[in-house]
Amino acid sequence: MMLYFDLLIQGLIQGAIYALVALGLTLVYGLLRILHVAHAALFTLGGYIGVIVTNDSGSFLSALILAMFLVGLVGMASYRVIYRPLLDRTPLIALIASIGVFIASEELFRIIFGAYGLSYLKPPLQGQIEILSGIYLSYARILVVILAIGLLTLVGWLALKTRLGIAARAAVGDPRMAASSGVNVETIRYATFFIGSAFAGAAGVLVSLLNNLVEPTMGAVPSYKALAIIVLGGLGSVRGALLASLALGVIEAYGTIYIGNFLDRDSIAFAFLILVLMLRPQGLLTRE
Amino acid sequence: MDYEIVVLTNMAIGILFALSLNVITGFCGQVSLGHAAFLGIGAYTSAILTKAGVPLVVSFLPSMAMAALVGLIVGMASLRVRHDFLAITTMGVVFLFTGIVRKQDFLGGEIGISGIPAPAFGRPGLLVTALACVAIYLWFTIHIRKSWAGFAFDSIAEDEDTARLLGVNVPRFKLFAFVVGTAGAGLAGALYAHQVRFIGPDSFGFVESISVLAMVIVGGIGSIWGVILAAAVLSALPQFFQIIDDYKLLVYGLLLFGAMRFAPDGVDGLLKRLFHRRSGR
Repeated sequence: MMLYFDLLIQGLIQGAIYALVALGLTLVYGLLRILHVAHAALFTLGGYIGVIVTNDSGSFLSALILAMFLVGLVGMASYRVIYRPLLDRTPLIALIASIGVFIASEELFRIIFGAYGLSYLKPPLQGQIEILSGIYLSYARILVVILAIGLLTLVGWLALKTRLGIAARAAVGDPRMAASSGVNVETIRYATFFIGSAFAGAAGVLVSLLNNLVEPTMGAVPSYKALAIIVLGGLGSVRGALLASLALGVIEAYGTIYIGNFLDRDSIAFAFLILVLMLRPQGLLTRE
Repeated sequence: MDYEIVVLTNMAIGILFALSLNVITGFCGQVSLGHAAFLGIGAYTSAILTKAGVPLVVSFLPSMAMAALVGLIVGMASLRVRHDFLAITTMGVVFLFTGIVRKQDFLGGEIGISGIPAPAFGRPGLLVTALACVAIYLWFTIHIRKSWAGFAFDSIAEDEDTARLLGVNVPRFKLFAFVVGTAGAGLAGALYAHQVRFIGPDSFGFVESISVLAMVIVGGIGSIWGVILAAAVLSALPQFFQIIDDYKLLVYGLLLFGAMRFAPDGVDGLLKRLFHRRSGR
């Protein structure tokens, strides 16, 4: 019984991280219909900024904020450099360009920061508290959950209540109509990339804290899974992506214990993806 | 001389592999991000058979059959999901493949299969065999392109729903494309296994799937000669980059991005623009 509960919590924490990564992807997909693989590089960049700034300044909080801000800016630049010139091409072209940038950036991280990765000199938030009898959680894990809930609520509020959010939803629904009603679609796109990338940066910092390690290749697997998640959620649906993130985190946690001898962690995730897609080809929460 | 033979054999295998994806993605318009899985299926099948004493050329047929069988199943998925959904499904297939291989002891698990016997006819013989395979497969795809199936593929790639309205049996042609394409990848895999004589799960991952897709796209989607040229250059590139080994993937990634950014129609489109003429195919 204890084990079940422990696995559930671990799964939900992993799911919260997936959700932070998947959010940016799903926003970009909703707006531009592009699978933004280079998102993974932004996640890794966030991790590096987090470790380096924490080690230099000693303040984890300022590292987190700085990482989100800088990664957000780089995300805007990625839209300008990679996607904007390719918008009128088939999405496949942008996808390959994005993969090219991602491969190159992995190498760049390796060349600049070394192949073996960086760690925190004094890892912050390592204390543990007992949340239920026998189940301990570190402050770092609790921070992951709180931050994920907080940031995602913030986005929900932005989307529903602010002018920017309303304009963004209009631009997703019908870009031409939105533009002709005075929405600056270009501003929306930059804002979307900033917010989505900042979240990926935050997720990178959090993962670097949980593992106490950042490596050049740390972005690859979470972002491939995030691609799977946004498909599962019904491409472009934020609520679907959240649900799929949590479901995937939990299924991986149980799966590695019970069928780990036959499939590794990553293939469990993709087996689940394929299964769901065959049953519901339009994703979990979309209605055709 | 030996070195040149190795490079040329790599090129031939790369061309065969790219031509096989060209049938699925180029002709029929079905994006696959997981084509390396079928290279892997062919490689593992052939390696196990030749280690058991079966001659290499005899192992070609079962290698192609195994790849095509799995290809048929993935093809059935393509009847259910489309476009980006299909791209992600096929990406899932390649992760599923490496994940399963990693955990199976009879496939060598994490370590892979080593000591694959050298082909009886030596390295030059392997090159000739590879070239013969490329020639046969090339002839076959040109034949498909010109036949009724070629037109059906065109209509499906252009607009699936209209094709269906016009009475094209869309599921049948899609499955046909997947079977032909994955069988070609299986054959390339059998050759690959005996070229490098060591295979492991990491040789057939997502990056390999992307690099073969890049060959097809850089070549110009659907253009047979463009794809051959792109595959020849891109599969030989890593060898030349040995000199600047540390920056190999960096250069490769930037090349991919540059090609998409500045020549999105691929080599084929570039050549056509260069000669200012609209040729047929």
